[in-house]
Amino acid sequence: MTKKVGMVSVGLTQFQRRAKETGKELAYYSAKMALDEAGITRKDVDGVIIGSAPDAFDGVHQKHEYLTDGSGGFNLPTMRGYVGGGTGVFSPIQGWYSIASGVNDVVLVTTEEKMSSVQPSSQAAFLTIFDNMIERPLGPNLVWIFALEMRRYMEKHGIPKEHIASVSVKNKGNAIDHPSAMLGKKWTLDEVLNSELLADPVRLLDISPVADGAVSFVMMSEEKIKEFGISKDDVAWVDGVGWNVDTTMWTNRDLYYPKYVEKAAKQAYNMAGMKDHSPEALRKWLTFAEPYDPFNYKELHHLEGLQLFGKGKAPKAAFEGVTARDGDFPVTPSGGLLGVGNPIAAAAGMKSAELYLQLTGKAGKRQIDGRDMERGVAQAWGDLMQVGTVLVMKGGRIE
Amino acid sequence: MKVRGTKLTSDEFHNKVIAVKHAPEIEYDWATGVAISKFLKGLKDGKIIGVYCDSCDRTVTPPRMFCEECFSPMSKYVDLPDTGIINTFSIAYIKTDASRVEKPQLPAVIDIDGTSISPSGFLHLLDEINPDDIKIGMKVKAVWKDAIDRTGAITDIKYFKKMEDA
Repeated sequence: MTKKVGMVSVGLTQFQRRAKETGKELAYYSAKMALDEAGITRKDVDGVIIGSAPDAFDGVHQKHEYLTDGSGGFNLPTMRGYVGGGTGVFSPIQGWYSIASGVNDVVLVTTEEKMSSVQPSSQAAFLTIFDNMIERPLGPNLVWIFALEMRRYMEKHGIPKEHIASVSVKNKGNAIDHPSAMLGKKWTLDEVLNSELLADPVRLLDISPVADGAVSFVMMSEEKIKEFGISKDDVAWVDGVGWNVDTTMWTNRDLYYPKYVEKAAKQAYNMAGMKDHSPEALRKWLTFAEPYDPFNYKELHHLEGLQLFGKGKAPKAAFEGVTARDGDFPVTPSGGLLGVGNPIAAAAGMKSAELYLQLTGKAGKRQIDGRDMERGVAQAWGDLMQVGTVLVMKGGRIE
Repeated sequence: MKVRGTKLTSDEFHNKVIAVKHAPEIEYDWATGVAISKFLKGLKDGKIIGVYCDSCDRTVTPPRMFCEECFSPMSKYVDLPDTGIINTFSIAYIKTDASRVEKPQLPAVIDIDGTSISPSGFLHLLDEINPDDIKIGMKVKAVWKDAIDRTGAITDIKYFKKMEDA
């Protein structure tokens, strides 16, 4: 029997292209803020989780050791989890199982990334994710594989570029209301469609910006939440978790559909007791979603993997406004990676944080209104186009 | 909600603040393993090598020593044709280091003929084609370096080009 686990606070830094602070200092800002928001101190914490993506960005080996002090992990059972871009949702999942298992009661989770250190750009570090024997000698760029996947997805379903571009307009617009955002702005569809062509069909405004930033959470067992006297209005409960990884041989699977996201999502939905995986039933069960959007088409691709829309159906729905913050099914009310920024592990950490903030009514100007905030899903994706991580949380107020 | 963090402009970052610079010089020599060494030897000989799994009854490339599906060893290496179809492609103006190029590179996933799952192939480049004419599903054929110049590398295939009469 696993213990019931709640998230009781979040902390975020500003996301930006170049931070003066070191990664460790950024981690301190978000970790300290999460502790303060929860009304506890480091002495109350009995376990620490650190999520950070490739060491190559920082040029600091074994980054978790470097980040330990800033993440509050000094002299505590501390663990780093790392599944590339999927990390920011995987880290709260790790927080969940370290508490659900009974090992810890109060866990401080920090996701951090500092991408500005690598020169002249993070692309040189991204090269190291490609196969070292038969891909790197071809001189790939990370944008290539997104372009290859995006084209496959568009071709399979006959998706117009306008539908995909509408996601950039929506998310970058939503980010205007996010205090951590680096790129919140109201763009027009034409501006997105006519931005610099990088690797057809990918254009500049289809992509999220690299960033420095950190996001933290405090998670607790139900017993500790009661012991600290934390109001249930300030809690989002972990309802379901799932993760799944496909083969790294990405040229041996059809990129039009993320099967691993489907498997991760179904694991999470089943754990939460939701057995009906039809899009209609899931969109009723969930109030909103924060799927991973490093590129605009990825939000749509992931909505389909999450079973929230049928295959090939998400782009039209997005274009028609269904997924706007005030639409029938709000998607990425935070502003997402496209608008808030993409400090890899912290980016999906920000999405996990948005679940908490929306479900507890603390999202400020971003708050989805006019409906009960029952339940949300956050999802991240990473490694070499192969990992899906899924977190379902529900509001404390509906208990 | 008050968030912290101090922004540096590009000029501040590169010219005004104290930064410690480091450019590591590290070299690696990777032994290419049981399966990929056969694949690379095949390329040196002007052939594309695949591998057959008895229990799954399927042929795939690039070859691997074990089947990721059924976890059985795979040891039946087969010669495949040097032709395939374009599974997906891009017209890329951005290079590895994020610098821009005038003449686009044409990366593509080539689904190699003679394999039994779709796609089964690898990343490579296209050439000798107008980018506007490239289509998913187009038949292509490998263009090889001269035998004397081949070293046992993925670049022993210079690129893939559209097959005539396809």
